[in-house]
Amino acid sequence: MKIIVAIKQVPARDSQLRVDSAGKWIQTSDLSFEVNEPDAYALEAALQLKEKNGGEVVALCAGPVGASQTIREALAKGADRALHIEDDTLTNQDTLAVSRLLAKAASTENPDLILTGLQSDDLGSGQTGVVIAELMGMPHATIIMEVEKKDASIRVKRELEDGWFQHVELPLPAVLTIQSGISKLRYATLMGIKKAKTKEVKRLTAAELGIAPQATVTIEKVYAPVKTKQTQILEGTAREAAAKLVEKLKFEVRVL
Amino acid sequence: MSGILVITEQRSRLSAETLAAGQQLGTALHLPVSAVVIGTSEAGEFADKKLDRVYTVDDPLLRAYTPDGYTAALEQLIRLKNPQVVLLPHTYQVRDFAPKLATRFQQVLVSDVVDFRVEGGSVTMVRQLFQGKLNADVKFGGNAPYFASLQAGAFRAESAVPAETAPAVETVTVQLDASQIRSRPEEPFREAQRAVDLTAASIIVSVGRGIREKENIPMVEELAKVMGAELAASRPICDNGWLPMERQVGSSGQTVAPKVYLAVGISGAIQHLVGMKGAKTIVAINKDANAPIFEVADYAIVGDLFEVVPALIEEVKRAKS
Repeated sequence: MKIIVAIKQVPARDSQLRVDSAGKWIQTSDLSFEVNEPDAYALEAALQLKEKNGGEVVALCAGPVGASQTIREALAKGADRALHIEDDTLTNQDTLAVSRLLAKAASTENPDLILTGLQSDDLGSGQTGVVIAELMGMPHATIIMEVEKKDASIRVKRELEDGWFQHVELPLPAVLTIQSGISKLRYATLMGIKKAKTKEVKRLTAAELGIAPQATVTIEKVYAPVKTKQTQILEGTAREAAAKLVEKLKFEVRVL
Repeated sequence: MSGILVITEQRSRLSAETLAAGQQLGTALHLPVSAVVIGTSEAGEFADKKLDRVYTVDDPLLRAYTPDGYTAALEQLIRLKNPQVVLLPHTYQVRDFAPKLATRFQQVLVSDVVDFRVEGGSVTMVRQLFQGKLNADVKFGGNAPYFASLQAGAFRAESAVPAETAPAVETVTVQLDASQIRSRPEEPFREAQRAVDLTAASIIVSVGRGIREKENIPMVEELAKVMGAELAASRPICDNGWLPMERQVGSSGQTVAPKVYLAVGISGAIQHLVGMKGAKTIVAINKDANAPIFEVADYAIVGDLFEVVPALIEEVKRAKS
């Protein structure tokens, strides 16, 4: 089974974010980046499927030159090779524009399965997997907890809301978005890191894929959320703040 | 192109919120608002709302949800009725099919919208970035229809305007073929009966990633105990197996509205906030002053939970003695 895993590089989780001077995105020059956590779970699911059923895992990433660090990590964890659509302008694009690039690159590989995280930690639109499926004419399922390979199909466990689940069977090839937190993520081994250096990373550009990325919806302005609530900050040492809180809970909220 | 179409979801409380938002947008844009119910011929709860029309789209192939079936049916309805804007509730089901539906129209779903503005007849959608740390104003482009899904709790269901005269109910027939539907869904199920009903608790102490290790959970457990509270958690804690899934609050867990919700080491990702922002009083303890949880908090302690929680346990004990 040939599995493509679409991964994205995003600012590290605890980054202090500042809006850039144009007010349309964040300042990225002083940030450190990491793999989008939900995509790390998609990669883990792909590697486990390969271990069970054989085949190949190909990492697919659209992003700036600097995203090669995230791609190397995926290779070090066990992906066999990678496709990197190098483009510095993708933060100005929307889901459809980026998905068109990913779908075109993926279609050259004739995969049996395409996996990705259920959403990105930066834009958080949660749509890339579904849009890729539509563009490639493949069936899809989202927020997947388990994947069971059958002959020409897969049976997956989907998470629904409020503690409900559902099994769905899909013919292959198909696209799945993987739920986060469903398994323990592996670390790259020293051997893996060493091997990753010799693994193939095929670099592609939008022009080579015959696509001129064009955003349909645009971000006009990025800003800190306006507070809707009056928040009282309880200052002081831990003990002082705790005492103030108990005071509030007892005499204002009246619950203690 | 005219009108606003609200795509409802059966058995989802978000449908009424989306309908209320649709009415507000319709008023601002001077456009009529219609709603569609799928997989049933009954207009149900939407028959008494102020709407131009309620469309019912029913077919044996729509009784069980599939992304192929829903997309094919709604694509036909939209091509027939030509709405300017299509609004959907941001549910798991909508996340599953709406991006596909929008792509059929060479459009991009603006997802998880928390607010909108209309200026000079032009709509600006507001959505969150970086898990709620920043907001973005987003503009539609290209040709209508424009698609947006609305975050749970962003609009109030109670603000929906009731009908003076019942809206016309129109049955729309769609052409579906079983061969179009590639996925085979089985019956939804629940893994285990819930033993813990967090919705009944008047005080909830909830713990998140900031607790770092399973070994530190008992400290928060003790705080819950001295406060007479139920213990709850954000998703990562339950995923790690540090607390059972039945104690999870958020879009995939329980939705709670206690008198007091005390969030310990919870950053406040959207998926968590939708499960608890209805609490009467929200208290947050977090070391990151920029954590989104503080946006919804009434009382905030910016500090190290490993210092604050033990101090709080002692202070609560003292106040109660």
